[in-house]
Amino acid sequence: MAYSDKVLDHYNNPRNVGSFPKNDPNVGTGMVGAPECGDVMKLQVKVNPETGIIEDAKFKTFGCGSAIASSSLATEWLHGKTVDQALEIKNTDIVSELALPPVKIHCSVLAEDAIKAAIADYKSKVGAAKQETVSTA
Amino acid sequence: MKLPIYMDNHATTPMDPRVFETMRPYFTEIFGNAASRNHSFGWQAEEAVEKARKQIADLIGATAKEIIFTSGATESNNLAIKGVAEMYAEKGNHIITAATEHKAILDTCKHLEKEGLRVTYLAVQTNGLVDLDALRDAITDKTILVTLMYANNEIGVIQPVAEIGKIAKERGVLFHTDAVQAVGKVPVNVIKDNIDLLSLTGHKIYGPKGCGALYVRRKGPRVQVTAQMDGGGHERGMRSGTLNVPGIVGLGEACALCQKEMPEESRRMAFLRDRLRHKLESALDEVYINGTMDSRLPNNLNISFAYVEGESLLMGINDIAVSSGSACTSATLEPSYVLKALGAGDDLAHSSIRFGLGRFNTEAEVDYVAAKVIDVVNKLRELSPLYEMAKEGIDLTKVQWTAH
Repeated sequence: MAYSDKVLDHYNNPRNVGSFPKNDPNVGTGMVGAPECGDVMKLQVKVNPETGIIEDAKFKTFGCGSAIASSSLATEWLHGKTVDQALEIKNTDIVSELALPPVKIHCSVLAEDAIKAAIADYKSKVGAAKQETVSTA
Repeated sequence: MKLPIYMDNHATTPMDPRVFETMRPYFTEIFGNAASRNHSFGWQAEEAVEKARKQIADLIGATAKEIIFTSGATESNNLAIKGVAEMYAEKGNHIITAATEHKAILDTCKHLEKEGLRVTYLAVQTNGLVDLDALRDAITDKTILVTLMYANNEIGVIQPVAEIGKIAKERGVLFHTDAVQAVGKVPVNVIKDNIDLLSLTGHKIYGPKGCGALYVRRKGPRVQVTAQMDGGGHERGMRSGTLNVPGIVGLGEACALCQKEMPEESRRMAFLRDRLRHKLESALDEVYINGTMDSRLPNNLNISFAYVEGESLLMGINDIAVSSGSACTSATLEPSYVLKALGAGDDLAHSSIRFGLGRFNTEAEVDYVAAKVIDVVNKLRELSPLYEMAKEGIDLTKVQWTAH
């Protein structure tokens, strides 16, 4: 199978590889996929609590080149977006940007799921923190 | 050293130039039809075919008359299994095979199941070998054929063929073996191993594609198969069609070369394979060999690099031609059914690479491949959330994954 230049570029020079501390209240972590399915993506966002803007994003992916490229691209796109703007990223945007063939569309779906999971995790942390503030007040 | 490096010799082998030179005149000068009995063109072709028949027979301990030429191992397997099922239909309707066979066996068996035959697919043990007691238990008075491969095309494990042959013979059941990966690589002897039918092909032994053979035993017992193609009644009525004389000449020469060079070549293959293995194992943690090393082709190494997905590894070593059992490299998006049958877990199947060494690989190539694989595996593990979790001491089997 021939890979698009963009997939090759992300595979050879993946952006934003790494991890944030999971317990940081400003970090949202999304982990999707399963080893026996052949792909697992971990995507993390670091949000500025004052502005609600994603200041940093990191990923680690076990999966094929297209899965790596999809998550690498997702972290690039997340930078500077608000939490709500991040939820507007659609897998189809990733498909067209990376020119993924039909058999690799599931990689882009996984990246979208990872974004949603990371944001949901961040929001639940914020919610829990608020609850805590209320109950201790 | 020339790039890319070819190390996928279970898929196919490059033709040995000596084989090619032997074939060359049979395309243009000596073009006769081996079935033309009334002129020298036909006689010359027939003579070349008979010489090849003898060369092939010699390599597997058979006699020339027991060799039936086909278009390759897929046809040989179809002819053996369907041919026996049809010929011995009155004797029984049950066939025994194994889950790790090649598709040419499995799909042929499935085809026969649709026609009402019963097929037992034996499970294999975690080492890749069939359990002989399970085989004994599976044989019934309706069993007409046991078909089990000699050596596996993915993991290279060599089945206990002599014992299987003995069991089949004791129970009066025919034994067919798909020996495409074994013939020419390890000593194969149809008498010693009690083999009744054996499939082989040219392109796995540095010979031509599109030319193979089926050994059909003539004595003790005399085995017959019903032809699967109608026509001129060539090959003792078992396989009609004008003989592919250049291909057959090449197949014969390929067999002769294998026979002559096997002792030296198999030592060299094992040396290169073990060198590759040691380099990988000493530089990387959590690498797992798939299938037993105790009974294995000297040129095969099938290894899983935990926490690294196979296709992404292939992508990183794109100047090396090898295969992976990862789903992403298959048309079906299912990981290797052979590795799944070993019960190692789908995750290791996704992480597997098959190295198939061959006659033309060098020590320098092995060193290059090892260094490159080590480099890419390390890079991908840096990228792998699973490797990170494993290093943190998390048991990945206990994690709630979101399967998709």
